[in-house]
Amino acid sequence: MNPDSIVPDVLPAVLLTGIEKSFGTGSSITRALRHTDFEARRGEMLFLVGPSGCGKTTLLSILAGTLRPDAGEVVVYGHDLHAASESERTAFRTRHLGFIFQQFNLIPSLSIVENVSVPLVIQGKKRREAEGRAADALDRVGLGDRLHERPGKLSGGQQQRVAIARALVHDPPLIVCDEPTSALDRENGRRVMEILRDAADERGRTVIIVTHDPRIYSYADRMAEMEDGRISRLLDSPAAIATAHPDT
Amino acid sequence: MMRLGLRMLFGDHAKYGMLVSGIVFATILITQGAALFLGIMSWMCSTIRNVRAEIWVADPRVEMVADQKPLRETDADRVLSVEGVKWAAPLYTGLQTVKMDDGSSKQVTLIGLDATTLAGAPPRMVEGTLEALRLPDGVIIDEYAVDDLGKALGRPLAIGDVFELNDHRAVVVGICKAYRSFTGGAYLFTTYDRALGFVPAQRKMTSFVLAGVNTGESPAAVARRIEAATGLRAFTEREFMESTIRWYVANTGIVYNVGTIILIGFIVGTVVSGQTFYSFVLENTRNLAAFKAMGASNQSLCGVLVIQSVTVGLVGFGIGQGIVALLGRMLLALEKVPFLIVWQIPAGVLLAITGICILAAFLGIIRVARLEAALVFRA
Ligand SMILES: Nc1ncnc2c1ncn2[C@@H]1O[C@H](COP(=O)(O)OP(=O)(O)OP(=O)(O)O)[C@@H](O)[C@H]1O
Ligand SMILES: [Mg+2]
Repeated sequence: MNPDSIVPDVLPAVLLTGIEKSFGTGSSITRALRHTDFEARRGEMLFLVGPSGCGKTTLLSILAGTLRPDAGEVVVYGHDLHAASESERTAFRTRHLGFIFQQFNLIPSLSIVENVSVPLVIQGKKRREAEGRAADALDRVGLGDRLHERPGKLSGGQQQRVAIARALVHDPPLIVCDEPTSALDRENGRRVMEILRDAADERGRTVIIVTHDPRIYSYADRMAEMEDGRISRLLDSPAAIATAHPDT
Repeated sequence: MMRLGLRMLFGDHAKYGMLVSGIVFATILITQGAALFLGIMSWMCSTIRNVRAEIWVADPRVEMVADQKPLRETDADRVLSVEGVKWAAPLYTGLQTVKMDDGSSKQVTLIGLDATTLAGAPPRMVEGTLEALRLPDGVIIDEYAVDDLGKALGRPLAIGDVFELNDHRAVVVGICKAYRSFTGGAYLFTTYDRALGFVPAQRKMTSFVLAGVNTGESPAAVARRIEAATGLRAFTEREFMESTIRWYVANTGIVYNVGTIILIGFIVGTVVSGQTFYSFVLENTRNLAAFKAMGASNQSLCGVLVIQSVTVGLVGFGIGQGIVALLGRMLLALEKVPFLIVWQIPAGVLLAITGICILAAFLGIIRVARLEAALVFRA
């Protein structure tokens, strides 16, 4: 039985309350997050925006279970990540999360299909099944004919699509993206967002995107603006976003 | 996961090549050093290896095979009378000078064997027979002598050739295989009595008494009995080799010099291979962090590291051994360089290399375990 199914759907996908996170000690201490609250609903595409250094990546790392907060509650799809052990968090990520990074983080010496199969291999799937599903995922992002090439041979936009295929291949309910389009030109950025939008709509996935890129604001369902380690403003609809950022 | 780890490793040809070369280099360095060391040790014992006997009896003060403290001829009879001794025969061994017709001269090791038993005779004849030793002025030379003494003639020495040994006529009656001596000279075999004729007369001429034991007796036990009964020193073959090597270790710098070379080779090899693998891990940190973010456990990442490093180690070891084997063949063909490989060397090197690789993997593992998965979000 899928443990997620016993969590009522009304619960938010991500619920962070009172998060504190500092880096360093003594006089060089940086308070990256200051008693931050944050919520993402199921199936929405939520943008997290704000000036550099305001704590966006830190917040994303915490809700993705790769970083532990100093204080506060982290509940993601009904799992209390703050209380969870390292290995429980690792297991949680394997099943629930897809990652997309600014730097793509593809492994240069593996073929594209092998790169995409990594999350399934980590889950312990057999090579045949893993690479079969990876090929399907690559097909969906329009790279079905490049399976056995190395990532280095692809353009930045194509590499990011490979990364998306990798984030989706194991069908996780939550996708987190850190600046997925900032290394791409407008057209490629748009293409990446279309794919992510489809992924969110079609399966009711929650997609959380940290970005600086106003060119893609129109894709957001909601937008949380951050400043100085806190959510400073929440724009609750595409209309509100359009009003607040008229030049996009 | 392991498969992907290996694909990651092999996929990066440049890095993989560098890693393997590091290990190949280390393997060659260590194996070569050990073979050199063993080769030198075996040269020290070449007389013992050429003259095979279960027991060597010598003056009580003798510690090694080149030590000259002669016994009386009658000592052979005293040894023979000890219980468990099957046979005992005097042996002459010493460095002598061969003079060739053109006036040039060479140092050789002369061995004089008991004529009746021919105990201690060279085990492998190439040409002629042992019995030919009984011919007048007959000597059997080893293969080095064929070329070495032949230089003066301008052709290899052959059966029937005549040369002068300490102004005495010597006729080649046979050619045998022998292990090379420490001083690099050839071995000459003749009968004990004729050897005494070749050598300037002295009061005591027997270098050693060789002895064999009755079936069922242990050479070590008989050796102790001989010592008790005669007051002489008796070694089994193995004890004598060990004592000889010990003597060189204690009395010459050679073992330390060679040992230092080997140690340096070992350290350099270790550092080179450990360092190359560790830098591979460092360069892969970002990939490993990505794996970790995507949910790979520490255990499986460690497994990947161990598989990668052991694979590199084994491949490098294999290639390295192959190269050493070829090199060794060439060195042995030269016959001027000590080189001896016994199975313990590759086995030991394999252990060392695997150990190094696992250590490097272990350092990598510590790094991976500490690795913050959130690192992947950083540019
Ligand atoms: N591992 C770390 N060690 C030390 N300081 C850190 C670390 N991670 C983040 N910080 C600090 O915490 C603050 C928030 O960083 P964070 O990366 O979350 O900002 P950001 O909003 O993602 O910025 P950007 O838009 O530039 O990516 C910054 O001041 C940063 O220097
Ligand atoms: Mg950031």
